[in-house]
Amino acid sequence: MPGILVYALHYEGAINKNSLGAVSEAARLAGELGTEAHAIVMGGDDLTDDLCASLGRYGAAKVLRAKGPEGLAQPVVDAMAKAVADGGYDYALFGGGLLGFEIGAGLAARLGAGVTMEVTAVNVDGGRLVAERPIHGDSSISSSRYKGFGIIIGRLNAFETQEAGSGAATVEDLDVELSEWSTRATMVKRGEQRGVDVDIEGADLLVAGGRGLGKAEGFEMLEQLAGTLGGAVAATRAVVDAGWFPYAAQIGQTGKTVAPKLYLAAGISGAIQHKVGMQSSENIVAINKDANAPIFEYSDLGIVGDLNKIVPKLNDAIKVKKGG
Amino acid sequence: MKICVLVKEVPDAAVEKRIDPSTGRMDRSGERNLNPYDTHAIEAAMQIKEGGAVEVDEIVAVTMGPASAVRALHKAVSLGADRSVHLSDDALAGSDVAATGYALAQTLERESPDLVLLGQQSDDGECYTIGAVLADHLRMPSLTQVIKMDVVEGKLTCERQAEYGYDTVEIRTPAVISVGDAINEPRYPSLKAIMGAKKKPLEALGAGDVGVDISKVGAEGSQVDCGTFKAPPAKQAGTIIEDEDTIETVGKIVAWLDERKLI
Repeated sequence: MPGILVYALHYEGAINKNSLGAVSEAARLAGELGTEAHAIVMGGDDLTDDLCASLGRYGAAKVLRAKGPEGLAQPVVDAMAKAVADGGYDYALFGGGLLGFEIGAGLAARLGAGVTMEVTAVNVDGGRLVAERPIHGDSSISSSRYKGFGIIIGRLNAFETQEAGSGAATVEDLDVELSEWSTRATMVKRGEQRGVDVDIEGADLLVAGGRGLGKAEGFEMLEQLAGTLGGAVAATRAVVDAGWFPYAAQIGQTGKTVAPKLYLAAGISGAIQHKVGMQSSENIVAINKDANAPIFEYSDLGIVGDLNKIVPKLNDAIKVKKGG
Repeated sequence: MKICVLVKEVPDAAVEKRIDPSTGRMDRSGERNLNPYDTHAIEAAMQIKEGGAVEVDEIVAVTMGPASAVRALHKAVSLGADRSVHLSDDALAGSDVAATGYALAQTLERESPDLVLLGQQSDDGECYTIGAVLADHLRMPSLTQVIKMDVVEGKLTCERQAEYGYDTVEIRTPAVISVGDAINEPRYPSLKAIMGAKKKPLEALGAGDVGVDISKVGAEGSQVDCGTFKAPPAKQAGTIIEDEDTIETVGKIVAWLDERKLI
């Protein structure tokens, strides 16, 4: 009997890394529960048999393929609700990311199910899944148990990708009739890259800027500091949305995940959506004028002060150090 | 066009948050304020009203919460809402995100809005999923984290950042839209607006008034049991330097980096 249904997001012929993590996690949990993990995908002709079957490598026993628009949550809610009605699943699992939050929450409403988001670990206890979720600035961890159908939405990068599966998954087409309201949203343009393409994932040293820079020009001093250090410049979502810096350099939930040797955060408060993209960095240094900024709770060296005063002087001092 | 804006009262960011160990719920005492993210939703409503592309008949602020939540409604009205609706009932206490969304959807159903706006997340529970829950109950299309929205009669053109870059999505109303904080710079209320806020109509409703099935709400009706709060693994606290003499501060940073062979 099938047990866990996982949503797998894809774009331009490749499955999302967080979705692969979710499939791997579901397969592990299904093994412990003595049941199966199935994946569900939605899209057009780029969802080939091979692409769908490849989820078997991560442990999916079956892949349900539904035709529908890509990048929108509500059509997937329709498809998952149909699969649940047909197949007797007990849980739905999502990897971290924006779409998973929207689909998972919509599905909870549709099914009258329990939902937990930002989950960092899932365990089996008494034949049921228990989801752990850090709350309140990660100062406490709560565990969720489900009275009926359970929906678990992972935090970004929470589930490790593991090719522990035994081979190709069975691919089955799922016929879905979309609800009227799901068809009232249309994707006009998807995945538009704003700003120049920059590589931050290959950098050992990153200098990252946030809203605390005050204005787009604030990035000039970060470029100088990164140049002196021999690293690259990254940014938070807030300043990318504001058009101060290119999307390709964005860290966090809907951006890149990095783990450099040094992550120097300037004017970044450190909300969870940012933290999930950089918390594995080896050394985290933060400069912020607000002593209560959450980033100080997970930085190795925190400087409470005005970055406009500190960054230029730091740049000069490193130059001197490197020159001598 | 009628716009409903969902608002929420949250603990002031300056007050330390804690869970009441006896109930497992958030201790909601202490200083409270309007969720700062919600001010962007109210501002978005005001800009549609003032923009002139569509005629806005009314902006209604809606909240669910205890008696004190009235202050969030007063703030919302001082920022431009025409009137407000307060859903409050002991039966709703302890509702999870799905149950809260259901109760709010019942409340919104009475208003028949063309557009429901909300902030991208609330500061306390981080439940930026509520828009999707609402939309499914209201049978409306929905999009979260919208940072640009063009409105014409019957249609919204929205932009938002998702996993692979920026998406542009067209939506036929009625719809539920969560806005991101980059969408606008909220205005400050005028003194006159603050003084006048308490005089604007405020409707107080109980669960029964909006047809909420109380077996589906509250701690009992919620489908998730949250419990066994535990502390996360202890992380060694970092060094904190208060910058007084910047030359000295910079010297300490360089030494710290040098020690770790980062320069």
